[in-house]
Amino acid sequence: MTSFDILVKSLPNLMDGLKATLGLTAFGILFGTILGICLAVGRSYGKRPLPSLIIVYEKVLRGIPLLILLFLLYFGLNQIGIRLDPFPAAIVGLGLRSAAYQAQIYRGSIDSIPEGQITAAYSLGMSRIKAIRYVILPQILRLSIPGWSNEFTILLKDTSLAFSIGVIELMRQGRYIQVLAPDLILVVYILIALIYFILVFSINKIMRFVELKYQMAGYQVEAHR
Amino acid sequence: MLEIKDVYKSYGDVPILKGVSFTMEKTETKVIIGPSGTGKSTLLRCINQLSPPDKGQVWLNGEEITNPKSNINKMREKIGFVFQDFNLFNHLTALRNVSIGLEKVKKIEKDAAHKRAIQELTRVGLEEQVDQFPAQLSGGQKQRVGIARALAMDPDIILFDEPTSALDPELIGDVLDVMKSLCGKVAMLIVTHEMGFARNVADEIIFMEGGVIVEQGSPKEMFTNAKMARTREFLGRIGALYGEEGGG
Repeated sequence: MTSFDILVKSLPNLMDGLKATLGLTAFGILFGTILGICLAVGRSYGKRPLPSLIIVYEKVLRGIPLLILLFLLYFGLNQIGIRLDPFPAAIVGLGLRSAAYQAQIYRGSIDSIPEGQITAAYSLGMSRIKAIRYVILPQILRLSIPGWSNEFTILLKDTSLAFSIGVIELMRQGRYIQVLAPDLILVVYILIALIYFILVFSINKIMRFVELKYQMAGYQVEAHR
Repeated sequence: MLEIKDVYKSYGDVPILKGVSFTMEKTETKVIIGPSGTGKSTLLRCINQLSPPDKGQVWLNGEEITNPKSNINKMREKIGFVFQDFNLFNHLTALRNVSIGLEKVKKIEKDAAHKRAIQELTRVGLEEQVDQFPAQLSGGQKQRVGIARALAMDPDIILFDEPTSALDPELIGDVLDVMKSLCGKVAMLIVTHEMGFARNVADEIIFMEGGVIVEQGSPKEMFTNAKMARTREFLGRIGALYGEEGGG
């Protein structure tokens, strides 16, 4: 078989890798979003010492490379008896880190909502829960769309690091093909890069559409870095 | 209908309200005037408990709002509030701004709430703007949406906290006209600097300074024959500044 034949025969494997990449992305962003919202709300509205603990968490998770985090979760925990499979370990690592970045996005959105909004909600007779549900939360979500979709594509690209702890996603499949057809290294990786690029580009286009559809005329999040 | 009994309020160590008492009947229009920082806005917020008073009571239709056991949310349905900064819900159209209280608080069915919202918006002259968002509206239009939003809840009284202070002079007139049209239909307690409006429209004018009511009386009494020197001084000065007819 020529190297080219090998490449063609490996395309289904690449697609499997793609599925794994998408799976990591979906679960990772879901985990990161839920945790991120909790962190933001906990930091803005929580009782001591919750906000301080959350600040520490955010600083640490933003201060170490994702690669180290993945190694800690997979190899590190293994040594002390906690055995995680590569796929879940990767999701946890991606999620924990994404949450730390997403928390900033949601905090920025929360801070951008004028206090008068909740006052007006109360004046209509809304309870705290109703005010948050119908007035505050919809605005937080709308304001967060641009930041969130940015984080989404970052996470998608970061899933490529999961190959280092054994997850058989797109990168690892690429490695396998590289081993089988070493003279096609450039082609293989350009192909993989192209797949990532198409994914990111498509997601950006879709999120831009969503952002425009839901944006509140005249309101943007104040930058928080 | 509304009774304010001996209300005291401090922010930290600073006393703002030092024993304020008065009453209001259904469909009365009362205007509170006075220098800034004398607690006029604080008083309004004490009435609907956005800022609960430290001492004193507020009674609405025989129920004590200030009682911690009373259902404040239910009582707030009966008290409309129009803010100086409008505070419209930014993510909702004018229509939904008005209908959301009906749908989610009064649990009125969606179509009925929509119809009512359109009715109120038409009443304030905004039938063309029902599908616009607050950011697309002028200040005067925003405030009229705010008034429609308060009206739709069928309140016993609407509190107006300097409703025209944040508006360009040419837009004030539209808002004041809407408020004039409500006289006699719903009780209104208005904090404002618009002396012309106060003089022409109020059933009673309340002059506050230093956290207490200095004097109160009919517009005629207050403007031509005030008992306290300070009242005469304030009305004389402000009247000259804002003009006899105010922005109306």
